Amino acid sequence: MLRTLLDRLLTTLPALAGVVVVSFLLTRVLPGDTAAYFAGPAATPQAIAQIRTELGLDRPLPEQFARYVADLARGDLGRSLTTGQPVTADLGARLPASAELTLVGLVLSLLVAIPLGVAAALKQGSLVDHACRVVATAGVSLPVFFTGLLLVYVFYFVLGWAPAPLGRLDAFASPPPTRTGFFLVDSLAAGDAETFRAALGQIALPGLTLAIFALAPIARITRAAMLAVLAADFVRTARAAGLSRRRVVVTYALRNALLPVVTTLGMVFSFLLGANVLVEKVFAWPGVGSYAVEALIASDFAPVQGFVLAMALLYTVLNLTIDLAYGLIDPRVRGAA
Amino acid sequence: MTAIPLLAIRDLTVEFATRRGPVQAVRRVDVSVAKGETVGIVGESGSGKSVTSYAVMRILDRAGRIAGGEVDFSGIDLRSASERQMRDLRGREISMIFQNPRAALNPIRKVGHQIEDVLRQHAEAGSGDAKAKAIAALDQVKIARASERYHAYPFELSGGMCQRVVIALALACRPQLLIADEPTTGLDVTTQKAVMDLVTGLTRERGMASVLITHDLGLAATYCDRIVVMEQGRVVETAPASTIFRAPAHAYTRKLMQATPRPGVSLRDLLPEGAPAAPTAHAEAAGAPLLAVSGLVKEYPKAKALLSRKPAEAPFRAVDALSFTVARGESVGLVGESGCGKSTTSTMVMRLLDPTEGSIVFAGEEIGRVPAARFARHPLRPKIQMVFQDPTDSLNPRWTASRAIADPLKRFGTVRGSDAIRARCEELARLVGLPVELLDRFPHQLSGGQKARVGIARAIAPSPDLVILDEPTAALDVSVQALVLNLLADLKQALGMSYLFVSHDLQVVRMLCDRVIVMRSGRIVEEGPTEAVLGAPQAEYTRALLAAIPRPPV
Repeated sequence: MLRTLLDRLLTTLPALAGVVVVSFLLTRVLPGDTAAYFAGPAATPQAIAQIRTELGLDRPLPEQFARYVADLARGDLGRSLTTGQPVTADLGARLPASAELTLVGLVLSLLVAIPLGVAAALKQGSLVDHACRVVATAGVSLPVFFTGLLLVYVFYFVLGWAPAPLGRLDAFASPPPTRTGFFLVDSLAAGDAETFRAALGQIALPGLTLAIFALAPIARITRAAMLAVLAADFVRTARAAGLSRRRVVVTYALRNALLPVVTTLGMVFSFLLGANVLVEKVFAWPGVGSYAVEALIASDFAPVQGFVLAMALLYTVLNLTIDLAYGLIDPRVRGAA
Repeated sequence: MTAIPLLAIRDLTVEFATRRGPVQAVRRVDVSVAKGETVGIVGESGSGKSVTSYAVMRILDRAGRIAGGEVDFSGIDLRSASERQMRDLRGREISMIFQNPRAALNPIRKVGHQIEDVLRQHAEAGSGDAKAKAIAALDQVKIARASERYHAYPFELSGGMCQRVVIALALACRPQLLIADEPTTGLDVTTQKAVMDLVTGLTRERGMASVLITHDLGLAATYCDRIVVMEQGRVVETAPASTIFRAPAHAYTRKLMQATPRPGVSLRDLLPEGAPAAPTAHAEAAGAPLLAVSGLVKEYPKAKALLSRKPAEAPFRAVDALSFTVARGESVGLVGESGCGKSTTSTMVMRLLDPTEGSIVFAGEEIGRVPAARFARHPLRPKIQMVFQDPTDSLNPRWTASRAIADPLKRFGTVRGSDAIRARCEELARLVGLPVELLDRFPHQLSGGQKARVGIARAIAPSPDLVILDEPTAALDVSVQALVLNLLADLKQALGMSYLFVSHDLQVVRMLCDRVIVMRSGRIVEEGPTEAVLGAPQAEYTRALLAAIPRPPV
């Protein structure tokens, strides 16, 4: 098991190296001059040139890259010019917010999508099946910022059930002592029910927005996989052996149908990372997505590179987890991995 | 059969809802099974034999429903029984075993747990003794090291072993009736014998009744007391197994019986009376052989982990120093059980796979050294063609029959111009007995036999010298198989081709081949003229293969 893990980790190294090169080159070829941006509109050409020299932007590209890699090896992602903080600190402060939001969205959508997909497959052509199709189509057709705004309008503006969409906690509450960086977890760990409720209220709408977005692919895949498995020979054997419906559906059919669902989860997660950027903007969520977009607009290289690298790392770790989970569910890949 | 039947099916009609309205798959069928009796239901595909058994178990898929008649199982009306009642009967009173045993088991659940599921469902075992009882069930189907195999997953077991597990699962709760739906189709002949002997032994020992559903009249006659013959959803004949071969009453039974390959008959005997007499003269094998294979080896390296420090294991030898020849106009049978390397050999001769060692000399030229990837453009490529096992899967579903047949012609440029190609397609269609008006149909609009003819026409289109036949009739019904085998024999005679016939069916090989090579674990066990090898086998293994062929009481 440990050997498999090491093997897999080794194979991710080339991918990560590629990400480092590409993110570096991409930020360099993007239009916009960092030095000019920071010097301000009234700066003289001499001032801009001076800033450029200070930032090392006048050096040839290979040299800049070498310096970047050398810094990276020391765990230094550079300094953000907009916030003035080291990028590692910025990301460290904001990553848990994004991760918490994405995970809440993913878990919410799993809780709805898998039962929905299973029900749709069991009662093909029924009302549930049509409902599944409608929900799935609506979920992918509506852009996330629109769903987000709609939810804010209905639940905050009209009904007044949700708190103002202004970040992870309202301005007067203090965040729980940091352990994991996830407010929901930290507040529970501190036994602070009030903060937990406040954090839950804040995360409900953005989480729901992401969940609606992720619903469609998961529900469709679950339905299709269940239909295929229900028609399989071993389900017929299980029925012919008189096993209860629950056992046939859950132990025999669903566990097999989950294999393609788990594979899709990796992809859905990467969709969610993309959707996160917009949702964070709508709900003023202090996550890495909005941070990276602001940095990109400001031609602030270091945070963008740091963000891309962090996402790549996250995605690699996630895929590794999925591969390992696959091995746990499916005995056939255990030996082959 | 004076006793009250255990299972009585009367006037059973099963309908399937299709896009073109309801279709009756089973029409007014009567079958009865007495206690302790073994009844065989025999028929070709589409005869409704499997659907009848699914209707008894009430496991028809959602489109199917019982439209009429009654099913009575020891006093219980199965048609009106509640789903809960049915669930209690399934597995405990009536069990079923299936074709394709590997697919019939849950691929991600340990086989022991799957048996436990059944035992617990029917309250035959609690959490304390379930494991012991499951191991006992595995023991009973003669699985060696049962307590170890309890932890195995289906993919770790062979096909025959999986079928034993399926049998253990079916018999775990000691049902009164066992329905076996094509239990040995796709298994090797020796495995078939072992599985059938096991099933009949266990059912006899426990006084169980059983129903054997099969397309193989010979198999049914060997193992059953009574045989029900079905055709297109109807029962056409019911007779004791001992008399059905001697005196088949119905014309369809006669046709089915006649088409079944068996000892002492020639290819022509398989066809209904009135077929033209066989061209007898064998082409004389003369001069240098068309194909000479010597010292052929194919090794597959064992997979090795990236970080593993262990030395690599010795590679697996699928084909081990194989040498044989095929003369011009000769047909050679390559026989053996699954995994013996016969398909690997034919794929290497076809130059789709590179041999590890050895030479393949075809028409005086060494082609073993030409990389498989480049052989497609080799001048000798049109001269070696292949007919594949599954006539459906080997045709592009989006191409018409004529497009499929024309493909090699266009590719090799043997015939140019669309009119000339069309004319050649029609000529080939006539040659293989495919009605010309079917040439513009797609594969799904053709029957199995017609698709097989398209596959053969495609193979002989570039006028090959050697045709490799990879179990070309394994997926066909016996009556269609008889026609296709005769067609192949006629074509060889007319066109002077050589055949390399890969098969596990000794009876078919005996009728079609001049010479036979028996393979096991990548090596030749025995070879020689067909009559000599199959008539007086020298090797122990050949004798075992021959002995495993079901012998109906004639």
